[in-house]
Amino acid sequence: MTPRTLYEKIWDAHLVHEQAGQPSLIYIDRHLIHEGTSPQAFAGIKAAGRTVRRPELTFAAMDHSVSTKNRALPVLDPDAAGQFEALARNCKEFGVNLFDMHSRNQGIVHVIGPELGITQPGFTIVCGDSHTSTHGAFGALAFGIGTSEIEHVLATQCLSQFKSKTMKIDVRGKRQNGVTAKDIILAIIGKIGIAGGNGHVAEYTGEAVRGLSMEGRMTMCNMTIEGGARAGMVAPDETTFAYMEGRPFVPRGKDFQVAVDYWKSLATDPGAQYDETITLHAEELAPMVTWGTNPGMVTQVTSRVPDPHSFKDPVDQKAAERALEYMALEPGTPMQDITVDRVFIGSCTNSRLEDLRAAAKVVAGKHVAKSLKQALVVPGSRRVKVEAENEGLDKIFLDAGFEWRDAGCSMCIGMNDDVLPAGERSASTSNRNFEGRQGKGSRTHLVSPLMAAAAAIEGHFVDVRTWDVDGADFRPGKSRSDLNGL
Amino acid sequence: MEPFVKHTGLVAALDRVNVDTDQMVPKQFLKLQTRQGYGRVLFYDWRYLPGEKPNPEFVLNYPRYKAASIILARANFGCGSSREHAPWAILDYGFRAILAPSYADIFYNNCFKNGILPVTLTNDQMDELFRRTEKTEGYRLTVDLEQQIVTDEQGLRYSFTVDPFRRDCLLKGLDDIGLTLVHANEIAAFEKKGVRSPVMYQPVDVKFHREAT
Repeated sequence: MTPRTLYEKIWDAHLVHEQAGQPSLIYIDRHLIHEGTSPQAFAGIKAAGRTVRRPELTFAAMDHSVSTKNRALPVLDPDAAGQFEALARNCKEFGVNLFDMHSRNQGIVHVIGPELGITQPGFTIVCGDSHTSTHGAFGALAFGIGTSEIEHVLATQCLSQFKSKTMKIDVRGKRQNGVTAKDIILAIIGKIGIAGGNGHVAEYTGEAVRGLSMEGRMTMCNMTIEGGARAGMVAPDETTFAYMEGRPFVPRGKDFQVAVDYWKSLATDPGAQYDETITLHAEELAPMVTWGTNPGMVTQVTSRVPDPHSFKDPVDQKAAERALEYMALEPGTPMQDITVDRVFIGSCTNSRLEDLRAAAKVVAGKHVAKSLKQALVVPGSRRVKVEAENEGLDKIFLDAGFEWRDAGCSMCIGMNDDVLPAGERSASTSNRNFEGRQGKGSRTHLVSPLMAAAAAIEGHFVDVRTWDVDGADFRPGKSRSDLNGL
Repeated sequence: MEPFVKHTGLVAALDRVNVDTDQMVPKQFLKLQTRQGYGRVLFYDWRYLPGEKPNPEFVLNYPRYKAASIILARANFGCGSSREHAPWAILDYGFRAILAPSYADIFYNNCFKNGILPVTLTNDQMDELFRRTEKTEGYRLTVDLEQQIVTDEQGLRYSFTVDPFRRDCLLKGLDDIGLTLVHANEIAAFEKKGVRSPVMYQPVDVKFHREAT
C-alpha cells in the first residue's frame, strides 16, 4: 500500500462520495458553532424546509460577544443579545448541545472542544471560524468554514471539498528557555508569509513539536491559518492520549483502548510524500514580536523595526510603509523600545491553563508598569478559570495589577466591550494584528504569554530569555484534579 | 444563488496586498442575523470618516468608481477570518466579479457560494489591468465565465482557468445542499458502515451532557 500522510488517512476514512473532476463529499464527525456565524445558517435550513441531520454531532458555545465581566447582568448590546437568543432558540429547536454563557463549561469554542474531549484524533471537525485549525493539534482534520458551509453541514453532516496539497513543517532541535509554541508559529509565518500555506494542509513534525504539550501544539495549529493553510495537524502520540483520557466526551475503559489503537494508526507512514517541506531549527528561534498589520510582519525581540526599503518586492515595500504608518513606528527602532498601553492575555491562541501559568510565573511578586492603562487576563474557558483559581493564579494576577475576567474571545476581536481604543498599543497573546482588529485604530503587537506578561511589568517589550521563566510547570497553590466530572 | 454567466461593468481598483476580511466587514457588523444589507459597511474603517462621512481618499469613494461592479485586487485577497459577511458585503455593494492574482482559501470558496466570480490572473496581467483602470476613466471589463475570458473595449483579452465543477455550479446557480442530498443514501450507508469503532461516531452520554437552555 502506498505510504500515506496523516491528512490522507483521515481524508480517506471520511470519503462518502468521490467522482473524478468534482469535489469529494467527506463526512464531518464534529461540528462546532457559535453565536456569530450560525444564525443565517439556521435561517437557511428553516427557509428551505430542511432539518439538522445529526444534531448530537453539533456543539454550540457562546463566546465571541459574551461579556467577560458580570454575566448576571443583562446583555446591553441589542444585536449581541439577539444573537445569543437566536443561538439558544436554534439549539433548542433542533436539539443541539449548547454551552451557553451561564454554563460552567462555557468558553471559547476552540478551548472547550479539546478540554471536554469533543475534539478527538482522527476526527473531521469544522466550525464557522477560521481558528478551527486549533483542533488539528490532536491529529484531527479541522478547518474553518463559511456560513453557507455551516448550513451544508447542519443539513447533510458532510462537506463538499477538494483535496488539499500537503506541507510538512519540520521544527528540529530544542527551543531555548523562554521561547514558546507561539514564537515557533510566528517564526514559521514570518518565514513562509501569510499566504505561504494557501491551498495546503500543514503537518507539524520534529523534536521541537513532539516536545510541546497539547496546549503548545494547539497554539501552533491555531495560527496555521495566519500562514494561509486552512488546517494544521500534529500526529497523535502519548502526549495526546494522556491528555484525552478521562475527558467527558472521550470513550472510557475498553472503548478508550480501542480508540487509542485507532489513533496510533493515524501517524504519517514512513516514506509518505508531502507537496512541500519547510524546515526550522528551534535553537535558532527567539521570542517574536509583530511590528506590522499582519502576523507575517514579525521579528525577533532583539531585532529592530525593519526599513520598508529592505524588502525586495515593491508590493512588500508599500505594504510595510503603510503598516508602519498605521502602527506609528519608525524604521530602525529597537523592538524593546516599543512601549505598550495595554496588555491582553487570552484568546483561542493562548488562554489555556499552561499559558496562564507561564504568564503568572513572570508576574508573581511584581507589579504592572505605572504607564500601563490596562492589563487583562481572560481565561479561554470557565474550566480554565476554575483550575487557575484553584492554583491561586488569579490572586497572583490581581496582586500584580491585572484584571481577572470571565471566559470569552474578548479583546482578540473586541466584539464585547473589551476594546483597544484608537491610537493605543497592545501586547496581545491573540492571533491577528490586522488594522482595527482589537478596536478601530488600535495597534496590536502579537507575542507569547511570557512576553506579554513581561511587557506588562516593564511597560515595553523585553527579551524574556533574560528572565527566569518557562513557567509551564508553575503551580503556586494546590491543584485540584477532579474537574473531569461535569 | 444568482447564476453568473457573463458580466460587463465598471472597474474599481483596490491596489493593496493581503486585504483581510476584517477590513471588508469589521467585527461590529458581525452581530446581525441576516445575509443582506452589508454593502453599506463594506471596507467600513477605510471608507468612512467619523460620523460615517465618506473618506474622499478611499478609492471606492472616488466619483469615477461609483457604481463599479468589478473590483481589481492584489495577492491573497480575503485572508484572515472565515466570515462569509465579507462576500455578502461585496455582493451587496454591487460587485459581481473580483480579479486578483491570488485569494485566501476560505474567502475564495465563500465567493462561489454567493454567486461572485473570483477570477485569478497573473501578476503581469493584473498590473496591466490596474494601469488601464487608472488611466481610463469609465474603464469597463467583460468577465465571461462560459468562455473563461476577460475582455475590454480596447481589444484586451485574457483567458483564465477555474475549476470546471465550480464553474458549472456558478453558471447554473446550483444549490450545494441540493447537490449533496442527491447522495443521501451514500451518507446513510457511510454512517452505518462502522469502518471505525462506533465510539468514534457517537458522543458518549450525550443526553447526560445536554445543556440546552
